[in-house]
Amino acid sequence: MKNITAHRYHNGTPHLRRFHQARWDEPVVFELSREGQRGVLVPEVEAGIRAEVGDVLNTLPETMRRKEPPKLPQLSQAQVLRHYLRLSQENLGADLNIDVGQGTCTMKYSPKINDQLARSSKVTALHPLQDEETVQGILEVMHGFEQALKEISGMHRFSLQPGAGSAAIYTNAAIIRAYHEAQGRGKRKDEILTTIFSHPSNGACAKAAGFKVITLYPDEADGYPGFDALKAAVSERTAGLMITNPEDTGIYNPKIDAFVKLVHEAGGLCAYDQANANGILGITRAADAGFDLCHFNLHKTFSTPHGCGGPGSGVVGVTEGLARFLPVPLVDFDGKKYHLNYDLPDSIGKIGPFHGVAPVILKAYAWVMSLGAAGLREVAEIAVLNNNYLLKKILEIQGVSAPYANGKRRIEQVRYSWKELTDETGVHSDELGIRAADFGVHYWTSHHPFVVPEPCTLEPTESYSKAELDEYAAILAHVAKEAYETPEVVKTAPHNSTIHTIDHAPLDDPSQWAMTWRAYLRKTQKGRDEGAAG
Amino acid sequence: MPYEDVNSKKQIIYPYIPNSVPEIKQQMLEEIGAQRVEALFEEIPERLRFRGRMNLPKPYLSEYALMRHVESILAQNKTCKEYLNFRGAGCYQHHVPAVCDEVNQRAEFLTAYAGEPYDDHGRFQALFESASMMGELLDMDAVNVPTYDGYQAAATAIRMAARVTGRTEVLIPRTINPDKLSKIEDYGKPDLCIKHVDHHPDTGQMDLEALSALMSNRVAAVYFENPTFLGFIETQGREIADAAHRHEAQCVVGVDPISLGILSPPSHYGADIVCGDLQPLGIHMNYGGGHSGFIATRDEEKYVMEYPSRLFGIAPTRVEGEYGFGDVAYERTSFAVREEGKEWVGTASALWGITAGVYLALMGPQGMQDIGRGIMERTAYAIKRFAELRDVRCPVFEAPHFKEFVVDFSVTGRTVKDINRALMAQEIFGGLDLTGRFPELNNSALFCVTEVHTKEDIDRAARVMEEVLK
Repeated sequence: MKNITAHRYHNGTPHLRRFHQARWDEPVVFELSREGQRGVLVPEVEAGIRAEVGDVLNTLPETMRRKEPPKLPQLSQAQVLRHYLRLSQENLGADLNIDVGQGTCTMKYSPKINDQLARSSKVTALHPLQDEETVQGILEVMHGFEQALKEISGMHRFSLQPGAGSAAIYTNAAIIRAYHEAQGRGKRKDEILTTIFSHPSNGACAKAAGFKVITLYPDEADGYPGFDALKAAVSERTAGLMITNPEDTGIYNPKIDAFVKLVHEAGGLCAYDQANANGILGITRAADAGFDLCHFNLHKTFSTPHGCGGPGSGVVGVTEGLARFLPVPLVDFDGKKYHLNYDLPDSIGKIGPFHGVAPVILKAYAWVMSLGAAGLREVAEIAVLNNNYLLKKILEIQGVSAPYANGKRRIEQVRYSWKELTDETGVHSDELGIRAADFGVHYWTSHHPFVVPEPCTLEPTESYSKAELDEYAAILAHVAKEAYETPEVVKTAPHNSTIHTIDHAPLDDPSQWAMTWRAYLRKTQKGRDEGAAG
Repeated sequence: MPYEDVNSKKQIIYPYIPNSVPEIKQQMLEEIGAQRVEALFEEIPERLRFRGRMNLPKPYLSEYALMRHVESILAQNKTCKEYLNFRGAGCYQHHVPAVCDEVNQRAEFLTAYAGEPYDDHGRFQALFESASMMGELLDMDAVNVPTYDGYQAAATAIRMAARVTGRTEVLIPRTINPDKLSKIEDYGKPDLCIKHVDHHPDTGQMDLEALSALMSNRVAAVYFENPTFLGFIETQGREIADAAHRHEAQCVVGVDPISLGILSPPSHYGADIVCGDLQPLGIHMNYGGGHSGFIATRDEEKYVMEYPSRLFGIAPTRVEGEYGFGDVAYERTSFAVREEGKEWVGTASALWGITAGVYLALMGPQGMQDIGRGIMERTAYAIKRFAELRDVRCPVFEAPHFKEFVVDFSVTGRTVKDINRALMAQEIFGGLDLTGRFPELNNSALFCVTEVHTKEDIDRAARVMEEVLK
């Protein structure tokens, strides 16, 4: 027998994977349609009903009756399944790749047992308006999870209602607005301060809630705004500060308590965007820095799967004085039974329907219950260890740097810059990312604007092994080497993906863009006619 | 509940944390020149450090123990599989085809996030197809990648209308779901002024004279729903849209997508922006955690540029005949330009959006017609059956109904609470008590009937109520 294994290593180090993404060249679902095919049949109405009610459609006025059936595709069941399974294979989930390339998003492992528990009909088949006595189980989960969040943050009460992180950020802004209105100074308090390395939604949600937004930029050396910059921005108009810490650079602002104090002195509130909490669980808490509000993303720090972009969940915690503004209902416990408490006269009202994203909350609860206090701290410690380990490996690559806070430890992620590589090779960060996809990993540049030039943000979380971090670093090292030696290979990537380079021009051209198949058909009618003629 | 033993020194290797193995940890620390993990937190000053211990329950370290714990809690729940359910009011018990769950449980979809089209072609195509199928259902050309839920979709659709018109007043009938109204009021605070349009108490239909009196060139939008929250159909869609358009206001309509196999899509009676919730389309109720909001418009730049959501479009690649997908007009989003973008965009409900697409692909045109008609027939039957109950007024609104209807118990001498208690004793969740939700509907209940209800289910609920009302 030939030694196959020996050819998979070089000096004990594994070669890069000869990866190729699935390529089914799958048609758009409408192309699979054949007249008359059915994917699922609906329960028949009993004759007894039809005999009683007659032709119900006749009770509709002509204008309210649909004349033509919707032009949906017509497929048999297995065709639908095959189509979507092919599309799923053409998608690179976190379960498949070393997903450290989507920094700020905490792409950790989502335990399968938690998904399985949430798929129980004891969760899926609950109606949100059932009588409380019939939903004591899910209310116990929500209440128990709130108690855990209070311990993790030091805050007084939590709402689990917001649909994800940005909805939670918006909730923070709405509570800040309600607080100032209750003080009778809503009009005068109309500015929110944030930092450029806080998530874009801090500015965008504050604006949507009616505030003016002032964005602070980092001090060149430290990587976070100087105290003087904050001082210059704070005024009697300051309604609040909405800030991430560590910021998206992975740099912790050690003056955060002084920031909070200054804003408090101006009569503002401080909201802590804890999207980046994974490295500080059990290490430092929102309450310790004096924050009035905070939020966590359960699909980030608390392990629930990201679902291609939701459903997630964003939970909002507040101090005792702000609890009266939270969305309704809250889940209370009287020692015997769990209750939904709607009795908050100053509540901002509803942020979303019902009680939040229950299956996601259940998964997060199960995750906390599987780890406990020591386990959560282990999460933070290993996430930070992994990050500083990966930092060392990445900085060994030619052309990359980690701007700001030179020589200092980072918390859970690092925003890197490939500026030197770009200057020397003409290859840009996004091109490196597309080439990295050829090796089976995802890589993201960073949120706009690119204050750090040619950026990428890597966040290894606690979920990846040392060998996996080594593999990711080896892929980036290889791609960077290609940029120097054979840049055209990088610039023409992807080579091993489902598809090839997209022409983005039509997507920004109103005469060509098509968000639906019907719009595409309309806009390409001319081309299709010619095709048919040919 | 037992709390964690603070003094426990047992070394735990966490299955979710590969590098919790002490030897590996040590090796990594050495590589980065650190003595202890603690040293990596040196940038966090001592005064900010939490030196206490989080008071959390003792963990269930084995997967089995965790499963036992969670299942024992959940066992307390009584579900709509165990009980016969007549509650709707924005969250609906429809049958979820097995293929819907099969697809949304796929790890590639379930655990993906924000990959580029080169990592995640499948996600882009699936969401483009969902928008495309919704486009057919709604007969509109532009549909968003879904937002959180129908509440957010309505609130955003209305703010889009305000931006399109540059106006601030919004007219909404009083028959709207009070919770959804609460959301719209909060969300509209910075730039909207909401006014209520009266309706005819007997039919629920919007009072067109009242509407006309409120119309002016300050009105950005008239918003209404079909079917309405109270289950009746607003049959004057065309008249309402015309009234809005006469003053160059937008007509914004919230719609239940499962009704559209038989009901006219709002675009046919003049709606400019259509919104709603995808939950009825193949997504479990999940205690209210299965929502997903859609927004649709005509494919006109003035509308498209006002969406805050991502919009996925189809595009060529450098290979002939190969489909690619990407973001349409990305520069309008807060991802691109922070607070200069339209509202905001973030993680919302993409997986439910994919699921709704699977549902529509399974149902096809015939399935959507069948389910729409079947629901309407069962609704009509339930109305007829409940109307036979002593002293009950059913339906409260004289109009065609879809899926839901209001039953008034106020002259029966029994409260909705009494009725629902009796139903519950027979393992039936009765209609939603509207007492306190609508002043004029005290002691009325909102019942919901879908394709999951058989004739016998409806008859059984009627018999129990008959008994109480004797």
